[in-house]
Parts: sequence; structure tokens; C-alpha cells
Amino acid sequence: MNMAGVEAPSLRAYVANAPAARFIWDRAASVRFTDLARGTSLAGRLADLARRSVLVTTASQLTTALALIELDGIARRLVILPPDIEADHLGAVMAAAEIDAIVTDDGARPHAALTLPVRVTCAPSIVPLDETPPVAVRTEWVLLTSGTTGVPKMVVHDLGGLTAAITSRSAADAAAIWGTFYDIRRYGGLQIFLRAMLGGASLVLSSAGEPVADHLARLAQHGVTHLSGTPSHWRRALMNAAIGTIAPHYVRLSGEIADQAILDTLRAVFPQAAIGHAYASTEAGVAFAVNDGCAGFPAAFAGTIRDGVEMKIVDGSLRVRSPGAASRYVGNGQPLTDADGFVDTGDIVERRGERYYFAGRQGGIINIGGLKVHPEEIEAVINRHPQVRMSLVRSKRSPITGAIVVADVVLTSQDEAGNAGQIEVKDDILKFCRAALPRHKVPAAISFVPSLPVAATGKLARRLG
Amino acid sequence: MNKLWARTMSVKLTIMQQMEQVAQEHGRILAPLNDELVLANCGLDSLGFAVLVARLEDTLGVDPFTAAEDAFFPVTLGDFVKVYEHGGR
Repeated sequence: MNMAGVEAPSLRAYVANAPAARFIWDRAASVRFTDLARGTSLAGRLADLARRSVLVTTASQLTTALALIELDGIARRLVILPPDIEADHLGAVMAAAEIDAIVTDDGARPHAALTLPVRVTCAPSIVPLDETPPVAVRTEWVLLTSGTTGVPKMVVHDLGGLTAAITSRSAADAAAIWGTFYDIRRYGGLQIFLRAMLGGASLVLSSAGEPVADHLARLAQHGVTHLSGTPSHWRRALMNAAIGTIAPHYVRLSGEIADQAILDTLRAVFPQAAIGHAYASTEAGVAFAVNDGCAGFPAAFAGTIRDGVEMKIVDGSLRVRSPGAASRYVGNGQPLTDADGFVDTGDIVERRGERYYFAGRQGGIINIGGLKVHPEEIEAVINRHPQVRMSLVRSKRSPITGAIVVADVVLTSQDEAGNAGQIEVKDDILKFCRAALPRHKVPAAISFVPSLPVAATGKLARRLG
Repeated sequence: MNKLWARTMSVKLTIMQQMEQVAQEHGRILAPLNDELVLANCGLDSLGFAVLVARLEDTLGVDPFTAAEDAFFPVTLGDFVKVYEHGGR
């Protein structure tokens, strides 16, 4: 088992074999793959990190990317710290993961001032190496979940599992220029990072605090061909005039429900592009990608094995068994799968005709006097209104029914008339909802807001209420 | 005196207008509205009332029921209006 892992190529080997003139860019720096093939970003300290459990905690995504390329096959364990982790949880994470080394960068975050036996600074200036160290271990890649409460779960993968869904490695892939609105320190973003590295393709990363317009301008400047993000990322980008400067050949959505409205809008904005939405979770891995431009997925996907991935629906919830699934949690006896090896994703699907549609999250149900509602299904209806860019449906306490639903709505055009125009649009959206939804799902009130908060995960920030 | 009367009338009118509006949206027929009307018989069901209370919070700026310490709900329309006039006390 272990031997097979050791024989598999390390991430550095993929990067070393990439064509010339391949880069990873962020706002401040760029790194050429070929330099990295025989060089190091870790100040010559690579050997000090061998077989250690390494916490990768950097200000920039680029330095995390470099550390991952260099340490796969070298470190025993790589714990990839997302940018939005609460400082309070860091101690528990480090203890459970038996961290004995830290890789950080110049933009060191305050909590990085921890005392550990080995502390290495990663920088995008590459120093030549006489020889690259031999691959010694099958490295555990540990990702943190974005749970809303408590210490995040630490999910264990390896490079083979993380890349199980990345099948095609054609010459066309190597010519791609990937970009992502995601942070690569989360599962969705990491997939794009690995897709680019395995395919030998360049990658444009965003920088911390970079405005959307600046990020789009850099994507345009590098000629991005493949671009990925959550539906919320895309809606936010579509609100920016700079969206007109990019012309990707492939547009990818994941991480949230891709409703028909966002798919249709992207089709209209990028008529030449292939548009696909993928389903993945940190625990289950990538389950499928759908490329027909329609929301949901074919009903035939459930109950069959496709690319080694098996899906079934139990009590409305999607379960996935996949070679790309995580192996376990760190420091947590909780089983990751059911007795049959399926991960319960907690994503609720509903069958309509020959297709399954995502309705919402198991834990996100709003109970209206005994009737259950998924906010996402109402958002999908509101988002179909031509003047709506995005929406958030939330629960509001009610003395009578326990809860009712209300909606915050961002319009496509912010200066949509004055008050009179707004009342008209509001009535129209409500009419829209009444035509498509049962009474209890129609929002009791609609508020227009200039924007909606998008979490560091790229998902719409939902308050639990 | 005049001011108080205007406020009273506007609260009552707002409530009645919103009741008509919600009834219409929910495809319900309202009983003739007067102070003695028992709310349970007015034509709105519990969802209708939940929506009404949410709308009134938008227009009048107060939800006297959620703000209240004890769970209570008035029996007649006249009592319901009074609760709003007193801002939830």
C-alpha cells in the first residue's frame, strides 16, 4: 500500500516535466515551473522538513502553492491552513495534527509567531538546488473543513486521491491558463491548483485583499483560458465591468448550487465557452461534472459507477463513494463514511423527471409552522428574475409560525430607478415567486441590498437562524 | 390630541391595508374588518398572520410579539391594533 504511494510521482515531478514558459502568478510575483524543478523556495531548508508534520500557514496563496509542490513526498503530513481560520482553533489543530514544523512567509500572520522546532520561511524567489531530494514518503494532505462552529475538522487525503478526478492530460491542457476565484487552501481551489500542475498549465492566483476588478484585470492580462469559482464568485464578477475583458474557453462552477439563472447568464456573457458545473466536497472528493448547461444532474448518475465514482440518494441526501474521497479525519474517531464506504454529503437532492436538482443543505432547513423549506430553492426562483443578480433567503423569527422566510436581493443594475421603480421590481419578484412556489415559500418581505457577503470559502455567507 | 388621533388612525389603517394585501396575495377572502372581529375568523390563516406581522414590522418598524417577554396573541382585531399602537407594551 505504502510502496505504491512512494512510486507515484510527486507533485514536483509533474511540475518539472511541464513545458517551458509555464508560470504561477499572483499580484506581486511570478514563479517559473522550470526554475522550481531544480530550485527551492524554502531557503535551502528542505531537508529540515523531511518526514515532519508541517503546518503551511502563509499570507499569500503563491507561497502555499510553492510549499505544496516542494514538500509533497518529503513531509510526512502537510496541514494546509485556510486564511479564515480562527486563531482560537489553531492550538487544537496543531496538537491533533502533531505539528512539528511550520512553513510561513513574509506576510506572516500574528499566530505564526509560534515556537516550533523547525520554522521555515517560503519566498517566491527561487534558489537553485544541487539536487532535488528523493521522494521518501506518501505525504498526507490535510484540509480543514469550513464548519460554522467549533474546531474545523481535519480531512486526510493523499495526492492520488486528490487528483483522482483529473483524468485528461492532453497537450491542450498544457496550453491552458487556469485562473480561479477560489483560495487554493480550500478543496475547490486546491482542485484547480492540482489541475494546472498535473496538466503542466500556468495558473493565475488571486492575492489577499485584491479587489475583484484588479483580479479580473490580471486574469485578462495573462489571457486566462480556464476559470473556476463558486456561483457566488461568478455573480460578484458579473457585477464588475472588467468581466468584459476576459474570454475564457472553459467556465467552471462548483462549491454551491449552480442554478439555471447563473448558467444561462454565463452562457450569454461567454457564448464561445464550455460551461460546466462540478460537484465536490472536502470529504467526498469530486463526484461529477455536468457540461450540458442545465442545472442539476442526470438521474442516471445515481446508482451507476462513473469514473470509479458511485452515488446514491438516501433520505433525499446525496451519498458518494469515490477513489477521490478522504481516508479519515485527524484526531477525531468519527467515521468519514457509512458502513458501505459512502460519504453522506448532507446535500439534499430532489428528482424532477430525468434529473436530480440540489435543494439545499440538510442542516439549512427553515421550519415554517411545520413545513420545511430550503432557502436555496427560493433563491433559485428569485435569481431567475431578469433584474436580479443574486439573493439570500433567510429565516426570520415569527411569533406565529416559529419562522418565516425573507429575502435580501441584489439587483443587476444598482441604480434601478428610484423608490417607485424599486417597489415595482419588488412586487414583480413576489409575483414571480407566487407563480413558482407554494405559499409558505414566498418571502414575506424583500429587501434590496447593494451586495451580499461572500465567505472566504466563496460561498454565500449564511447565518444560522 | 390631533396628532394622537392621526397616529392611531394611521396604525389602524396600515394594519387593515396590509391585511387586505396579504389576503389577496394568499387568495383569501377577508371578513368585514371591525374592532370586534375575532382574528381566528378573519380569513387569514397562521401563515397569513406570520406574513402580516413581518410586513407590519417593515412598515411600522416594530414587531410587538417577538419583542414581548411572554407569549401572547390578541383575540380581536381591536386588541391587535392596540398592541401596535402601544408599541408592544
